[in-house]
Amino acid sequence: MTEIFGVPVQALFGQLLVGLINGSFYAVLSLGLAIIFGLLNIINFAHGALYMMGAFLAWIGLTYFGINYWLALVLAPLVVGIFGMLLERLMLKRLYHLDHLYGLLLTFGLALIIEGLFRYFYGISGQPYTVPEALGGAWNLGFIFLPKYRGWVIASSLVVCLVTWFVIERTKLGAYLRAGTENPKLLQAFGVNVPLLITLTYGYGVALAAFAGVLAAPIFSVNPVMGSNLIIVVFAVVVIGGMGSILGSIVTGLGLGLVEGITRVYYPEASAVVVFVIMAIVLLVRPAGLFGREK
Amino acid sequence: MKRDYLIMLVLLAALIVAPMFIYPVFLMKLLCFALFACAFNLLLGYTGLLSFGHAAFFGGSAYITGHLVRNGFDINFTAPGFLKFISLSVDTAPLTPELGLLAGTAVAAALGFLVGGLAIRRAGIYFAMITLALAQMVYFLALQFPFTGGEDGLQGVPRGRLFGIFDLTQTYTMYFFVLAIFCIGFWIIYRAIHSPFGQVLKAIRENEPRAISLGYDVDKYKLVAFVLSAALSGLAGSTKTLVFQLASLTDVHWHMSGEVVLMTLLGGMGTVFGPIAGAAIVVGLQNYAAGLGEWVTVITGAIFVMCVLAFRRGVVGEIGALFKK
Repeated sequence: MTEIFGVPVQALFGQLLVGLINGSFYAVLSLGLAIIFGLLNIINFAHGALYMMGAFLAWIGLTYFGINYWLALVLAPLVVGIFGMLLERLMLKRLYHLDHLYGLLLTFGLALIIEGLFRYFYGISGQPYTVPEALGGAWNLGFIFLPKYRGWVIASSLVVCLVTWFVIERTKLGAYLRAGTENPKLLQAFGVNVPLLITLTYGYGVALAAFAGVLAAPIFSVNPVMGSNLIIVVFAVVVIGGMGSILGSIVTGLGLGLVEGITRVYYPEASAVVVFVIMAIVLLVRPAGLFGREK
Repeated sequence: MKRDYLIMLVLLAALIVAPMFIYPVFLMKLLCFALFACAFNLLLGYTGLLSFGHAAFFGGSAYITGHLVRNGFDINFTAPGFLKFISLSVDTAPLTPELGLLAGTAVAAALGFLVGGLAIRRAGIYFAMITLALAQMVYFLALQFPFTGGEDGLQGVPRGRLFGIFDLTQTYTMYFFVLAIFCIGFWIIYRAIHSPFGQVLKAIRENEPRAISLGYDVDKYKLVAFVLSAALSGLAGSTKTLVFQLASLTDVHWHMSGEVVLMTLLGGMGTVFGPIAGAAIVVGLQNYAAGLGEWVTVITGAIFVMCVLAFRRGVVGEIGALFKK
């Protein structure tokens, strides 16, 4: 068997695959955070909780209502998106004139409430979610067996990210969004309904989180703390990439997932902290982040 | 100023007689968290920096103190490979409680220097995210280092004899020791706030560009405030370890960072006594609502939301505003 630096190729590719999957989640989540931050100037601490909520809705749908995976993939983001829009209209909206930190604190409180409720009703042990039939089994790529579902996760995350990028950078709606990020008052003066735009943006951002949650359901066990553990890493990803560019967050997310995978092969003890170490190095060398702009 | 001293005297008198009426261990817990919240308030309330990683200092020093007081320094280090002739082996007797506290505080200060030095390179929301991420790193390290006892934590930390004289296993002796530590810590913070240094911090909070244009080295001030806050948080964490004879992962978890934010916010950030009130409410709530299990998290979250939406000045801030009218 071939080896690279003393590690069998298959083990290496296996970990790279896991890294790529984690990277897809980082990418989708940090993309949502970046979009929300761009327009609302709020770091959405509840992002992890809403990701978890997406996964749970899929599980609840399947267990109690027989809603299959594909329908859940549409319904869960929709429900979470509407829930998010309600949160924005009822609560976040009141904070725009205040220091940005209040938005962080409010969403932190919301995250605690959501996580606490799910913990109360479902305990902290994970609930299994079976892989949909059409995506069972694996493809033999010659150098590695790629489980179909994992391939699907990577591909669909990438597609969602790229579509989001396309909409923001190349369409009229995206132009409004970018204009709103630059100067919301001026945009409002041109007759665009900025508050509505903000609500929709928040809804879309958290729907992305829920989408990632449904994708994650068959891979990780569905449990109430799955989001809070992930979101802190995603914050580090966001600091590393900087929130200035959409493509930047996608590339950073995937890249860090891969780095984590490689670390898990060569120095497993450090795999949990490698992202944070990279964050520290980036802060020393390029404080604005890899793709960020100094404000 | 005069009113502050008056309140302090009343508070001190109340705390001296309190153990006759209230369970002393609960009071000690309250004092530790009050000190933690006051130290945090120095940063959030007076410098305008929201750290979401203060659990790292609180819990980190809790582990250090716990280990040193229980086992002493026991470093067994041998460089790997051909460098194995470089080895270091130290094994001292367990430290006395006062030295344990000092060591814990010193480590927290050093950690604060590292974390603060990195975090002040970015402002606002990024600052919060960076401190949170670095604290999570400390959490993972605490999970992996052998001396922390992993999931079990450090149990059975002896309280020992203070200065070799006072037997801290006696509850009341311990209580007055904790009260003394709280008073010293509180006094340091109070003096810092009301010194020229504290005025510069407030200037940074209100208008950072102006503070820069007045010629202040803003980064240096922020860093000093961060290190001071981290050190006192560490002191609180170390004291907590002696009180409960336990250091565990709960102390370094991000929930703990959130809790101290809540105490400060609820009590009133940027007020002298707010964090004490906030700590009393939160610790009291946790104590009496412990039977509610997961609902405690939900209630904590709900208080957060309520504070941010309707109650931003906090308990003490609102009372202060009433008096000003």
